[in-house]
This record gives sequence, structure tokens and C-alpha cells, in this order.
Amino acid sequence: MKYFHLIWAALFRRKTRTLLTLASILAAFLLFGLLDGVRTSFDELGRNADGAQRLQTSSRLSLVQMLPLALEPRIRQVANIEDVTYASWFGGAYQSPKNQIFSFAVAPNYLDLYPEIEFDPAQREAWQQTRTGILVGQGLMKRFDWKVGQKIPLQSTIFPNSDGSLNWSFDIVGVIRARDPRQSGLTDQLVLMHYKYFEESTPYINSEVAWYVSKVADVRRADAAAKAIDALSANSPHETRTMSEQAALAAQLKQVADIGMIVGSIMGAVFFTLLLLTGNTMAQAVRERTSELAVLKTIGFTSTSVLCMVLAESVLLVLLGGALGLGLAALLGPLVSAGSGGAINLPAIGWRSWLLGLGLMVGIGLLVGALPALRAMRLNIVDALAGR
Amino acid sequence: MNMLRSLLRGLGLAAVLVVFLVAWIVLPWPALLGLAVLFALWLLLTRSGRQAASVTRVGVSTLGQRLGASSVVVVGIAGVVGVLVALLAMAEGYRQTVSGSGNAETAIVLRGGSSAELMSVLDRETVNVVERAPEVARDAEGRPLASPELLVSANLPRRDGGDEGSVTLRGVGPMAWAVRPAVQLVEGRRFEPGRRELVVGKGARRQFAGLEPGRSVRLGNETWTVVGVFASGDSTESEMWADAEIVSAVYRRGSSRASVVARLTSARAFNAFKATLAADPRLKVEASTTRDYYASQSATMTKVLRIIGIVVGSIMAIGAVFGALNTMFASVAARAREIATLRAIGFRGLPVVVAVMLETMLLAALGGLLGGLLAWLLFNGYTASTLAGGVSQLSFEFKVTGALLWQGLKWALAIGFIGGLFPALRAAPLPVTDALRAA
Repeated sequence: MKYFHLIWAALFRRKTRTLLTLASILAAFLLFGLLDGVRTSFDELGRNADGAQRLQTSSRLSLVQMLPLALEPRIRQVANIEDVTYASWFGGAYQSPKNQIFSFAVAPNYLDLYPEIEFDPAQREAWQQTRTGILVGQGLMKRFDWKVGQKIPLQSTIFPNSDGSLNWSFDIVGVIRARDPRQSGLTDQLVLMHYKYFEESTPYINSEVAWYVSKVADVRRADAAAKAIDALSANSPHETRTMSEQAALAAQLKQVADIGMIVGSIMGAVFFTLLLLTGNTMAQAVRERTSELAVLKTIGFTSTSVLCMVLAESVLLVLLGGALGLGLAALLGPLVSAGSGGAINLPAIGWRSWLLGLGLMVGIGLLVGALPALRAMRLNIVDALAGR
Repeated sequence: MNMLRSLLRGLGLAAVLVVFLVAWIVLPWPALLGLAVLFALWLLLTRSGRQAASVTRVGVSTLGQRLGASSVVVVGIAGVVGVLVALLAMAEGYRQTVSGSGNAETAIVLRGGSSAELMSVLDRETVNVVERAPEVARDAEGRPLASPELLVSANLPRRDGGDEGSVTLRGVGPMAWAVRPAVQLVEGRRFEPGRRELVVGKGARRQFAGLEPGRSVRLGNETWTVVGVFASGDSTESEMWADAEIVSAVYRRGSSRASVVARLTSARAFNAFKATLAADPRLKVEASTTRDYYASQSATMTKVLRIIGIVVGSIMAIGAVFGALNTMFASVAARAREIATLRAIGFRGLPVVVAVMLETMLLAALGGLLGGLLAWLLFNGYTASTLAGGVSQLSFEFKVTGALLWQGLKWALAIGFIGGLFPALRAAPLPVTDALRAA
């Protein structure tokens, strides 16, 4: 640590070169921060403490097949299951089929199984009493400038109303929001309506629901409960598949894209070019200072300490650029999300990304400095001082 | 006074840069080719041009001495172009697969207000009325070339990993093959009406396990036999086809269908077709050509993929610019004496500037070509799949087209220009005596 001043001075000897290299490293780690933020946010989707207790039951045969309502009391009877609720898609859109809205027709006790959704108890009471009432996420309220008490029309892109049209009318009775603002994503854009109103009004649905959500009392024995629920419908026309909520989300996501692989390959290419660039800079830096390193060795620095000093210099270079890059990414993420009004949702960088980033920085620094450092270590004092 | 001069100089430089970049992005390639020809003529015919050419020749011939530094520029730019072209090829492949599934002569009729085929429901009466519209073409026996089709989504185990994915099962009528001339049977035979038989697309067979002719699969709790494989070069390849009556019986859809795909008498008949359907008060349907329908289905995803490609490419390009600047500054500093000698024997400033920039752009072009080649070798034809329309797996191939390679080359040359401009300007006005004295 006492040689830090020396290392710092050596680094900034050629300011332009160092600054340009820092800028390159900054760009590389800015990209890393953004991409890794996206990757971890997909990984952690649904992985929260409340979600761990929930199981999702849907049809095993098809994504769009419904399950009978009669299953509900039977699921309730399964050991270790504390509570059951059900939901169905509505496929809603507001004013034009392009403005798609996440809308679900749910059981009256739906909110009981989702403690991470915050609501006003009085508004929930009003919802229970109003057949056509809906609870709307606060992001949606802001987006379309709706007020509680307003009557709004929603189109369903799938289900017609009892009059044959696709237009449905609802009363907004309350607002819901996510308790944890970092996990707000879906909740803020949600519309929850009563399953009864939905089922009674559309001729296509007869006592069928799209999926069940059940809460287990003991998380450690959740697997057995899932198997028991599936056993209820084995060999029937509506075979089910029950998984933890997190597993269900991960399976769905995997179908969209292998995000981990894409991010990994891009970052691989980026870091490879970065290695080359920084390696070149370090090699140049050491080559220019051969006589100085020789003087250091003459006055008593051991070969090992010269090795360490060069390594420290390269690690410091990469750390500086990388920390600035990650910091910029951490700033940029929320800025872009706020600036676009929630249209683009760049996730903030978690501590896991920082840790991974720091590890990568140290690793790259060591790799890049290895060859020049070895050269410096093996310097022959006489030859170096003579300029050979 | 000095501050003002350097400020003006800086602004002038920035202006030149902006003008160049705008022209580079906006001009079509014939104009750029014309400019390149003009530049080559300048190099060959004018005095300062010939000076620039000879300095460049000297610089290029000594590239061998600066191999390490030059390779940094080449590899850095190759990385940027490689990643950019790969990501854009993904977007292009997706777009071509989905939007290539349609043409202007075939119309698809859905229930009014449906955003996609899977969500549309048409009853038997509506289907009959649509089939009897006069604009629908007829075959040799006078039957309308219209195919009422039913879509369901089925879960099957995937070939990789064994997790389950969902695939579209399309129940089709006897006219389906005539309405879609692009669909060709490549193995086995067509399904027989009335039996639980499937004809699967090449893309579906590639993604899911067990879809070989002769094998059985379980769908909707019944056992089906795969009897054939078809290919079509578009998104239809990711589907499985079966008899509509059987599909509707197994999935309990009654007599309703999801859509009617009809071949029209000609592309111009579409407007008349639409008018006929709109005029009938019994119908609440929407018609569009299959080309427009599939283009709109793919629009959002393609845009997202392209934006991702360009954002990632831009950030990498900024890093590459700094890398190129670094290298060229070092190279110019190393050749200070050489440049000073040139100036001492009479070469002017402009040829030196042009020579340094040409050298950088040459390295950049090399990097661009290398990156494009790598992207083409590794990714052209690479198959990927994603969840299309939120409900079923669509498989598509990355397509590295000539247009994309040209775009990559343009980015490389732009990076080379910026990376060479500042070092070149630093090189030119070096005082000759100082530079000659520098070790």
C-alpha cells in the first residue's frame, strides 16, 4: 500500500493513453452492467419470499386449455395446502387492440394469496360488493389518467360479452400497488375483475378457470403437495401440472429466449477485445519503462515486488475504468426507465452484478498484466540499464 | 487569443465530424461509391494527392513493425462488427421468417377485434358466408379455395433439455394445401381426413422430440400418429397440421373455427373482398392479406431485436473508437521522427493527415471484413426459436444478408475515420525541429 503513489504515478505518466484506455474499459463495463442487470432481473423474476409459498396449477396439455372450477374444493383438501385461489385471462385492451392490458378474472380471495400487493381495505370491501368492480394497478391509473369511481370500457380480444360484442364495462373501485417498489413491474399494470361477472357474461366459459394458485403451509414439503394436486386430475381430460410459481415463470421465460446464453456470448466478445486492448496498453507501458524498472531493482526492490507492482498497476487500471463503467450503468438504468415513462424498464444493478463485475475486473487486470509483469520480473539489470 | 483559436479549431473539427457522420449514414451506396472514385482520382492526379498516396504506401509497408498495435485496431473493430451483424441477423431472420409467410393474393379473415389468429373465433355460419364471397378464387371443380382453420396450442417435450414447450396445432380443411402453395410435403404423406394423423413442419420437428413419421405422440390426451413432414420456408414450418374435424372433436371446439384463409382471384380483388364482407350485416369480421397480417405480427419483436442490436453495437463501437484512438496516437508518436523528416523534405501537412487517416481506415476496413466474415461463418443459418404470439414456439434462422455486411463495413469505416482523425491532426503540425530531436 505504501507504493500506491508510485503505481498511480506510473499509470498516469502518459495521460492521454491512460485516459483513452480507461474510456474503452468504461464502455465495456457499461455494457456489462446493463446486460447483466437484464439477465439477473429475468433470473429473479418471481423469486421472492412470498412467491416461494405459492404453487401454480395449469393444464398440462396446452397453454390455452382451461381447468374445471370443481377442482377448487378438491385442491383445498390436499394436505399442506392452506388456501386456494383461481384466475383466468381476460385479454383486455383499452380503446384499441394495440393497448393491451394485463387483465385477469379472479376469485374473491385472490389478494389473500398475494400479500405483496398493497391495497386500501375499504377499497377492497367495495370491490367485494361491486359485481362489475375492478382493482387497477397504479401505473395504469397514471398512464390513462383514470380516477377511482370512474366507469371504463374495456375490450376483450378473446371473449365476447353476453350481448355478443367484445365491449365490457367496468367500475374502478380501487387502486393496487406493489408493497416493494423494486418489484413493482407487473402489479402496477394489473387489472383484477370478478370471475363471477366474467363467467356469467361470456358464453365461452362455463365453470372453467385458466389456472389455480395455492399456498402451502410448509414450504419444505411443497413438492409432495404439488404431486398430490396433479394426482387429483391424473387420467382425466384435464390433466394438470403443478409447479412452484418461480419454476413456472422460469419455464415460460426459457421458451422466449435463453437470455443467459445471449448475454454471455455478447460479453465474451466484448471482454475478449478488451483484453487485447488493455494488454497492448500495458505491454507498451512496461516496455517504455524498462530502464526505470531496472533502477528500482538496483536500489533493492526484489523481482517479486516488481512483478507485484506491475500487476497492481494493471489491476488498478481495469478497476478504475470498470468501476466508472458500472457506476454509469447504475445511474443510466433508472434514468432511462424514468425518462421513457415506464415504456422501457431497465433494471437497477444489484449487488450480485457488482460482485461479478468486480471479480471480472480483477481477473482481467491480472490476465492483462501477467505477461508484462513476468517480463519486468525477469529483467536483467545490466542489459536494461544499457538500453539493450 | 490562443484560447479562442483552439476553441474555434475544436468547433471546426466537431463540425467536420458531424457532417461526415451524417453524410455517411444518409447517403446511399452509389453516392458513396462516387465519392470514393473522386477520392481515388484525387490521389492519382493531383500533386498533394500523389504525395498522400506515397506516404500511405510507406506507412502501410511498415505495418509489419507495428503488428501488435495494428492488430488491436483490427480485432477491436472486428468484435464490434461481428456482434452487430450477429444481432441484426437475428432480427432479420425473424422478420423474414414471419413476414415471408404471406403474400398479397391470400387473405386471412378473423373475428373483428382479434389481435391474433389464436384469439379469434368464427362460427359455422360466418365461415360459410365468407367462403361464398365472389372474390374468392375457385378451383377446377368450382369449389372455393378457402380453408377454415382451427388453432390450438399443445405442449410437447422439447428436443433439448426435455422441458416442455408449446407448439401450434392447426386443424385444416381439405383446401389448405391448395391455398398455401408454398407448403410442400418433403417426407411421408398427407393426413387422411377422419383419422388422428399429423403432418408436422420441419421447424416443429427440429424443436420437439418424437415428431418423426411413423411415431406416435400424445396430444390433448389422445394418441396421434405422425405421417408426414412438410416444409415451407416460413413460420408455417413451426406448426403441426391435422384434420380440423378431428382437432375440434378432441379439443371440444364444436363447429367453430379460428380463421378462414382464402386465395383471392387476384391481388387487386382484395379491396372488393373486404367491401363484400363489410357490407354483410351478419358478419363481424376483419380481413387482411396474409402479407399484412404476418408483417404486423412480427413488427414489434423485430423492432425490439434491431434496437437491442444497435444499442449494444453502439456501446461497443464507442469502446472501439477509443481503442483505435489510443493505438493511432501511439503509432503517430512512434513515427514522429519519420513524419518530421517527410515534412523537412517538402511534404505538406495535408498529405500526412490524409495518409494517417487512410492507414487507419484500411485497418478498420480489414477489421470490418473480418468481423463480417466471422459473423457469417458462425451465425448464418443458425437456428433459434422463440415464443411467438405468446403461445407457441417459432423457429427461425439467423440470416446474414449482404445489406447487413455492408452496414457492418460502414460502421467499421466510420470508427476508423473518427479513430484516425484526431491522431492525424496531432501529427501534421508537429514542429519539424522538435520532432527530429525526439528520441
